[in-house]
Amino acid sequence: MDDDRSPARHRENLRIRAGVIQALRQFFIDRHYLEVETPLRIPAPAPEIHIDAVPTGEWFLHTSPELCMKRLLAQGYERIFQISKCFRNGERGDNHLSEFTLLEWYRAGIDYRDLMRECEDLFTAVGRFLGHEKALSYRGTRIDLTPPWRRITVREAFDLYSPVSLEEALATDCFDEMLAFHIEPRFNDGTPVILYDYPISLGALARRKPDNPTVAERFELYLGGLELANAFSELTNVGEQRARFEEERRDRIRLGKVNYPMPEKFLHELESMPEAAGIALGVDRLVMLFADSARIDDVVTFTPEEL
Amino acid sequence: MYNASDLRKNLKIQIDGEPYNITEFQFVKPGKGQSLYRCKLKNMITGSQFERTFRSVDTFEPADLQEKKMQYLYPEGNKYCFMDLETYEQVYLSDDQVGDTTNYLIDNLEVEILFFGEKPLGITLPNFIELTVTQAEPWAKGDSATTDNKPVTVETGYRVLVPPFITEGEKIRIDTRTGAYVTRVK
Repeated sequence: MDDDRSPARHRENLRIRAGVIQALRQFFIDRHYLEVETPLRIPAPAPEIHIDAVPTGEWFLHTSPELCMKRLLAQGYERIFQISKCFRNGERGDNHLSEFTLLEWYRAGIDYRDLMRECEDLFTAVGRFLGHEKALSYRGTRIDLTPPWRRITVREAFDLYSPVSLEEALATDCFDEMLAFHIEPRFNDGTPVILYDYPISLGALARRKPDNPTVAERFELYLGGLELANAFSELTNVGEQRARFEEERRDRIRLGKVNYPMPEKFLHELESMPEAAGIALGVDRLVMLFADSARIDDVVTFTPEEL
Repeated sequence: MYNASDLRKNLKIQIDGEPYNITEFQFVKPGKGQSLYRCKLKNMITGSQFERTFRSVDTFEPADLQEKKMQYLYPEGNKYCFMDLETYEQVYLSDDQVGDTTNYLIDNLEVEILFFGEKPLGITLPNFIELTVTQAEPWAKGDSATTDNKPVTVETGYRVLVPPFITEGEKIRIDTRTGAYVTRVK
């Protein structure tokens, strides 16, 4: 087998990458989504406690196109998608690059459950395009893409796999450790996993679940233990969105982080945004999956260290 | 002062007054969650290891490490005496600290010694060192049946495999990183 870093393997990975992007575009075009491009340089990123923007002059490089995409929803664009570079300060690891490629798509009139099904369709379509009929092999595990995928709530996952309860994890601020070191490693058993219904404090832009206001209608998608996507039923209540942003901003200030201006134009247009669901999917990681690569470095042309 | 984002494999940091080397490093960040820096740390004095996960807010003292050029003087009991070539100060290292570098320690050899503050931690030898063969079986000329390497003893007492033509009294070069014979020195 080729060495992971061999030029032949890299060439093959870049070929797969081009195929993945072509398949993604085709999928959304077939479903009558409009491809859009929103500005990379923005004055006010969404205030989220653990996502840090790269400054450029007085403005910032976007950490995701989320706010601009939602403004388009508010302006009457009902099905939109975008494949764009995003930038997040300080993120570098086997699955992270500070500059990475994100696919986001939004659709009016649906909720996160519809998006779960659309993810299943998307992976089936991309897999077929790349010649994987119903399964793929990632790091020695065969992953069966046949829907429906396993769905498990955050609470169920904590009950099953975490050494401490969800309440205790939240109270002692170790939710992320439990997720990263005890729960995510269990999502590598041959089937895609949809982890859903996050505690409300962990979904700053997600809608409250109508029959359970303690959770946000948010899900994350895992394949082969790799986190691929994050989705919401979008929060459309302006008052609540402003309050959640205020809370995130307070947390950022408490941690000594840059305080972004409040995204007022977004909040203003949110008034007219329809009920909708939206999702962000890491394209580099999608390529890792189909190229069977253990490191994000292997699926990009150049890493920052190589520049 | 280091921040968590400076952490990487082989960085040396100080925790509770002791120096640690990061032997394994992993950056993890679950979706929308905080950055987690998972490290395997090895205590550079005791050798003990443990795993710890740090967060963005954590900061670290760099380990106060310094390499000094020193000269090996003599053994004393189970200790080894070295002298700083600039200050002429002498320090003693234990058996454990010198380890198998004794295979190559000859009088007046210049080595690098790693210090944590005032405390010596270990020796780095030159990559190549020349030693005299003090005992070797003679080469039976014409004995073409064997071209295998043979063991000889060098002046430090170290035994090493060499080609059959090496004789007593000759100098040979040894790679201290592998312990292997490199060449005959004329």
